[in-house]
Order: sequence, then structure tokens, then C-alpha cells
Amino acid sequence: MSEPIRREDVASPFCGIASDDLTIEVSGLEVKVVSNGDAVTQRGFETPITDTQPRVNGKEVDLAIAVAKAADLLRASSQSVISGLATDVNGARAVMALADKSRAVIDHYASAATFRNLLVLQDTGWMTTTLGEVKNRVDLLVVVGSDIESRFPRFFERCMWNEESLFEQDIASREIVFLGKAPSGDASTSPAGKQAEVMACDSVDLPEVVSVLRALVAGRTLQASQVGGIDVAALSKLAARLKVAKYSVVTWAAGELDFKGAEATVQTVCEMIKDLNKDTRSSGLPLGGIGGETTANQVSAWQAGYPMRTSFGLGYPDYDPYLYDSERMLAAGEVETLLWVSSFDADVVPTEGARDTIVLGRSGMQFSSEPAVFIPIGTPGIDHAGQVFRTDGVVALPVQKLRDSGLPNVADVLAAIEEEL
Amino acid sequence: MANITKLVGGIVFDPAHGVDGEQQDLYIQDGRIIAKPDTDKVTEIDCRGKIIMAGAIDMHTHIGGGKVNIARTMLPEDHAQDVIARTELLRSGCGHAAPSTLTAGYRYAEMGYTAGFEPAILPMNARQAHMEMGDTPIIDKGGYAMLGSDDFLLRMMISNADQEAINNYVAWTLTHTQAMGIKVVNPGGISAFKFNQRKLDLDEKNAYYGVTPRDILARLAQAVHELGVAHPLHVHGCNLGVPGNMDMTIDTMQGIEGLPMHMTHIQFHSYGAEGDRKFSSGAAEIAEAINNHDNITADVGQILFGQTVTASGDSMHQYEAHGHAHPNKWVCMDIECDAGCGVVPFKYKDQNFVNALQWMIGLEIFLLVDDPWRVFLTTDHPNGAPFTSYPHLIRLLMDKSFRNEVLSTLNPDAQAASNLGSIDREYTLYEIAIMTRAGAAKLVGLSDRGHLGTGAAADITVYTDNADREKMFSKPDYVFKDGNMVVENGDLIDVTWGATHVVKPDYDASIEKSLQPYFDKYMSMKLGNFKISDDEMTADGRGRLIIHPTSHQSGYQEKGGAA
Repeated sequence: MSEPIRREDVASPFCGIASDDLTIEVSGLEVKVVSNGDAVTQRGFETPITDTQPRVNGKEVDLAIAVAKAADLLRASSQSVISGLATDVNGARAVMALADKSRAVIDHYASAATFRNLLVLQDTGWMTTTLGEVKNRVDLLVVVGSDIESRFPRFFERCMWNEESLFEQDIASREIVFLGKAPSGDASTSPAGKQAEVMACDSVDLPEVVSVLRALVAGRTLQASQVGGIDVAALSKLAARLKVAKYSVVTWAAGELDFKGAEATVQTVCEMIKDLNKDTRSSGLPLGGIGGETTANQVSAWQAGYPMRTSFGLGYPDYDPYLYDSERMLAAGEVETLLWVSSFDADVVPTEGARDTIVLGRSGMQFSSEPAVFIPIGTPGIDHAGQVFRTDGVVALPVQKLRDSGLPNVADVLAAIEEEL
Repeated sequence: MANITKLVGGIVFDPAHGVDGEQQDLYIQDGRIIAKPDTDKVTEIDCRGKIIMAGAIDMHTHIGGGKVNIARTMLPEDHAQDVIARTELLRSGCGHAAPSTLTAGYRYAEMGYTAGFEPAILPMNARQAHMEMGDTPIIDKGGYAMLGSDDFLLRMMISNADQEAINNYVAWTLTHTQAMGIKVVNPGGISAFKFNQRKLDLDEKNAYYGVTPRDILARLAQAVHELGVAHPLHVHGCNLGVPGNMDMTIDTMQGIEGLPMHMTHIQFHSYGAEGDRKFSSGAAEIAEAINNHDNITADVGQILFGQTVTASGDSMHQYEAHGHAHPNKWVCMDIECDAGCGVVPFKYKDQNFVNALQWMIGLEIFLLVDDPWRVFLTTDHPNGAPFTSYPHLIRLLMDKSFRNEVLSTLNPDAQAASNLGSIDREYTLYEIAIMTRAGAAKLVGLSDRGHLGTGAAADITVYTDNADREKMFSKPDYVFKDGNMVVENGDLIDVTWGATHVVKPDYDASIEKSLQPYFDKYMSMKLGNFKISDDEMTADGRGRLIIHPTSHQSGYQEKGGAA
């Protein structure tokens, strides 16, 4: 067997911080992360290829037949939804073109999390920063209601405990406070062993805790001495630290704020950050971008003007974050044909509820009930080149083709379906 | 031999060749304008009595990149009032202040525009800017890479890097962000805001670096000039929107000591601080300064009344303006030790003293600058108004009685504070053709656009003459893009994909010896992943690059676009 091919500075499309310093070895179809990997990227890169043949109603067929069948189902459908949307920029472009032509609704599988942020952006806005700024400027990091490391294993290593910053900051002096949730591991602990502070509460109490913190930052006095089990005096100290910090960053992973009305909590955080900026600098850092979430929303915004949960049913883009929530539509039995695009993670499978389901999925996807059409597709950054957006929506990274699997890419398959319509 | 199209008998305005309303035939073959051929086998298009100009060029329009997409995402209510349905030919879209890319391309073409330049490409966000412009149909595009608050340049400056090293960095940035020019926004001020400075005057020091905006302007203007890049340093000056900023604007023009410099959306930098409201017009002084400095060009950044959104790299002054947000939502971002941005929706109101005076100041500048080759028609889309208001703006410039009629309806105190009503000048069609075609092409550095000479790209707009210039410029009869008729009688009939214009000045690759460790240590992405290759620009088969030579290079290169 020939020597594995080694690739340096490979970007990972599998988590929102899109680390691009991975070393990868490729032997035939086998991909291995040999340095700078983590649980998320290793699983992402190393999941083996199993099935490669498209299926229609469980029967293996040629790609052309699967494409024709998918087109038939879309043509016959009076309400189609294209969701999942775990793909790269070109895949998302093809989704937009097909949705426009087939009058479908578009949504992403992580939209529940995305909209906890987007509703705030569209209602009051925010002040935010990006990973590179955090890496060089942060002096106080407050993590709201999130663990971070399970989803973004290298965030602390890359953005908090880097060796040096541009501005001669003593990196060891950086401080981390977890508000609402304790971290699941020790990724946030500094190289010298300094542990993050934790002010834990139940997630049901988080909205109140965050409101109190905002009130304290704004200089209000409170009657209560405790909120959600946290001493108001301790929150008062945190408020004071935020006010004296030169560049505090408040971060949250919206995917972890899994409680009703979480967008109101995100809004309170964002308004607190605005208040802090009257006198000092402070910024939000919404962490997300799982499974091409940022990519799908960016491409949709530039091609249609709106993010996810947009319908083309009227012949033009119509946006409604409630009405066009694909999960709601599926649960309500409103969907005739669901086209599910999921090229990063074989575990991201379609929600049941559509009359017919078409899946463009990563090889190895297992279904509780076989979809009408299944087309195994390549993964951007492994089977074909492409671009993916990072969580902050600023940096789009190029990802490379690492192996020759012959698996088709989302953009080509969707274009072929569109052609048949 | 490929087909030849003959535009018969049009009244041609081609200022690059001094042609001012002469009846001429034009011949098109293979996307280019050709000399009168020997053959009679031509397809004739009757243009008798019609006005012919080159396709218009918007040299400053925010059509692609992160802050535009934030604006789109945050304004669903603005889009909902302006939707475009899908047709057999066109994709659906929407957006009044911040249209979708597809809609923007269609609307530009429908108005006879064949090129638009994104003026604020943050290097770290350049890939997104190009992907968005790549999804903007018909028109050609390009952009200016933003430097001046990036920590790499500021570090070079405090370590007293020589000019040649800075030139190398500038050339490297142009090359790898695929840009046509360099822009500086609130020089050093975006960085200063990250250190909690809230204003930065021309000679005020950045709190950390100790460098001043004047130093930064001098270094960058020198670099662009020495590299032989056609487009002069594109300057969004200090103190945007601040009453009394006109003196600093004039100081900025004088301070550059004769180097070529383009002052963008100068209306926002032409304010006095006179009168009861401490806000007055500095247009006369600004226009005089432009008239007296041959090295200076400016675009106006006219405001027009109604809802829009302001999207700028100037995080410092966008933060300052957030109190005016309408509707009340806004975004400010610090970005990647590179730059920043601010997005603030805004409604310009005709009965508001300040807004009305801003409108007057912009028009005063247009009318008081003598040389139409050095002033350009922009609204700083979408900051002053959406680009779709250009035909209205042209009518304001060409029709004094219309202008004064609108003026008479505006805030009375603002009317009393302006001399606009006493200015008689009306722009001619020839001058409009200079400002929006020949002059813009020359300024951006497009040798084969903006004119109708033999060999030029056949980007051509044909209008029916109409005393109502707004009507005339809203709906051309025909628009040709690279020789293809894309608009007929005001409607799109074909969708093509334009090219991206770039420059790639020569530089010493040893600059990467300092950039490589800088990226490894401080940035959140690798140097190799930052660079946008020519192949990436053209990979989708419809992207096409046009590489323009600098004054030290020769040749004109095209890449890609086979599909």
C-alpha cells in the first residue's frame, strides 16, 4: 500500500469556529486527522464511506433515476420544503435556485438555535466581535448559559489561551466566568491551571439572572439578595468587572439555550452589551454555525434578502419565522415533499411527517423509515472543494477535496433535479 | 465571421472621444465595438433620434460583503414592500434599501448600468464580497480593499517600515483579495474605536499605535501611487457626519501634497458648524478646494428622502449615529484585527432641518465643482439612498426648475441656510456621460469601458430623449452588455454574467516572511486560506477575471468565463 498523503492547514467545516490548522492524512478513501483534531473534527473527517449507491424506495438505482424520481416528487408536490441544508456555499446556491423554481420553503436543521439570535438582530440589533479580535483583545469572557467546549472543543485553546496577543497583553491574566451553566470539562482552564469561575443556575432561572445582571450594569439597585440561587452581590461584582474591563466579550451558544423564549434572554444580553459600550468596549460573540448553518443563512440572505424560513410559494420570497418553521410544518402535516440536504453528519436525519421524503445525505445515513429517494453525497472539505462560513459570518474558508470518492456533490445533484423540473 | 450588429443613426455622447451629441453609427462584433466593416451583412437596430452612451459605471456602491448582508438580514420589513416575482427568465428577489444580489444586478442593468464597484472589501471578508458579487448578474464588478485600521499596517508604521515594504503589503493585499483599488475608512479610527477612542481627528494619535490619520493617508496614497494603480487611494475621511468637519476635509485634501486621492461621499464630510443649530453647508468651500486641487476627485454621496440603511466600515461613527436608527435597531462589529462595520437603518426626512440641508449640500457640491471629470454621481448606495434613485438625482442635476420646485417643499429653515436656489447650473447630457461613464471608467482604471471607441467593450445604453430626465434615465430602450442585448424597451430580455475587474501589481514575495508568522501567531485563519486564487474566482464557470495592468505593467489579461 502506498504512503498516505499528508495535507497541512486543512480547514474543518464541521464546527462553527472552522479551525484551519489541521493536518490530515489520506490513504485511499480513509481520512485521518493527525494533528490539531478534536472529537468533532475527528468524527467529521474520519466517518467512513459505506453506501455509495442511490436508492429509490429502498432499491438501489443509478443516480439519473434517483434524480428523475426526486424531480417527479417535487413536481407533484403542492407544498415542498427543502431543509437540513447542511452544505457549502455552492450547495446552498443550488438550494436557492431549486427552491425558487419549485416554490418550496427553505429551512436549516439548526434554525431553532439560529432564530434565538436572528430575532434579536431583526428587532434591536447588537454589537459583536469575531474570533480573531477575541484572540487578541479579550480581557474578560463571560459565557452565558452554555458549555461551549462540547460543541466547539478548541474555542478556548484558539481564542483564549493563545500564546501571545498583538497588544502585549498578559494572556494569563484573562478571566473567564460561566454564568448559568458549569463547563463540562476543563477546556476553559488556563495552561497555568487557572480555572474559570462558575455562577451556576437552572436554565429556567437564566432569563431572570441575565436581567438582573443587565440592571446592575445599568446602575439599578435591587431589593432581592438572591436570584436563581446566585447572590446578587456576586452578580454586582461581575457587573463591576464588566464595566472596568477594557474589552469584555460575552458569548453564548444559542443551540444550548434550549428553553422557551430564549431569544428574549439573548436580547437582554445584547442590550447590556450596548449599555456597557457607553463607557468602555464590550462585544457579543454568538457561537453557532453547526452543519453549515451560517453558510445557509448567508447565501439565502444575499440571494433572497431573507434568512431561513422563507417560502417561494407565492413566486417571490416571503419570510415568516413562525409559519415557515419546517419542524412546525412537518408536525402539522403541511408538507407533501421534504427534500433533506445533510452532507456533514450522517446522524442529521430528516424529521418524519412529510408525505414523501428525498434525502441527499452523507454516506452511512440510517433511517427509521426508508425515504422515497436517498442519494449519498460527498462531504465538502473531504470529497469536493468548496467554501464554508464560520460562526461569526465574516470569514468564509476554502475547504479542499481530499480524496476521490466519486460521490456527487450537493450542488450538482440539485442542479440536475432542477434541470428535470 | 461572427455576426455584426449596427446601431443606426443614434445621437452619441462619448466624452472620452470628445463626441458631444453627434449622429453616428456604431458596430458591434464579438462583444466589442468595431470600426465600420467592409461588409453590408449586419443586423441593424434603428436608433435614429435616440441618445447613445456607454453603459454607466457606479464607482462606489455597497453591493457585496458582510455588512450589506447584515443589512439585508436585519430589514425583512423593508424587503416585504418591494418584492420581485420569478419569471421565465429572472429569479425572484426583493429589497428596496438592501436588495438581494440578483435583484441588484437586474435593476442596475434595467437603468443602463453595466458595472458597479464595491468600495469596502474587508480583506478578511473578501471571499464573501466576491461570492455575493459573483451572484450579481449582468453587470461587471470589482472592489477596493480596505486598509488603514488593520493591525498589520499599523504595526509596520510604528516599526518605521520603509515605503517599499508598505508598497509590497498593499500590492500583496490587492492581489490576494482580488481588488481593483485601496480604500481607507476613517484612517486608523476603526482601530482606535477598539481601544475605546470615540473620535479621531486628522492629527490625533491612535491611543495604542501613536500614528495619526494623516500619517496613514500619506503612506497609503504614496503606496497606491508608486505601485502604478490607476484608481487613486479611495478615502472615507475623518469625522464622517460631524458638524464642522469641512475644515478637516479641506486639510485632508491639502495635506496629501499633490498625490492623487479620491474623496468619497464627500457630502457627509462638508459640514460647517454655523447658525443656531450649529450645522451649516460647507459645500462652497469644499467645491472650491476640489476646484483648486487637480489631484483630487470626489463622489458626492447624495442623500435622497425616505427609508434606507447605512452600512459602513466606520464602526466609530456608526456607533455614534445609532441614536438616529430608524427603525430602532443597529449593528456594530469589530472585525478580525482588520476593520469593523456598523449598520444603522435610517430615514431621511424632508422636513428635518439637518436632512434637508444634507440634500442641499450634496447638490451644491455637484453644481459648484467645475470639472465633471473629477466629481461622480453616487448616493453611496444605500447610505444616502438606494441606487435606484439615480434617475431622480440626474433630473435634479439637469433641470433647475424641477430642482427648485423640490427645494421649495423642504424644511424652510434649511432653505434659508442654503444658496442652492440661486445656482443656475444645469448638467448637460455630455456632462452626465462624463460623470457616469467616461470619468468613472478613467477613475477606476477601466481602459476599455465607459467609452464607445473602436476596441471598447460593447457595454452600451440607448435612451429615448425625454425632457423628463428621470423618465429617460429610468428606462433605456436598449442595453448591451459585452455586445449582448440584455434590455429591450426597459425590460430585461437576457441574463448574462459580468466580469470582475482586478489589478495585480508586482511585489516582492518576501513580504510573506513577515505575514506568515503574523497569521500563524495572531490571526484566526491561515495565510494560505486567506488568499483568494484566480481559480477560485472562476471555478464556477461563470466567473471571469479581467486583470488590468498597472502603469508599470503591460497587457490586459482575461481568465475564466468559458461557460
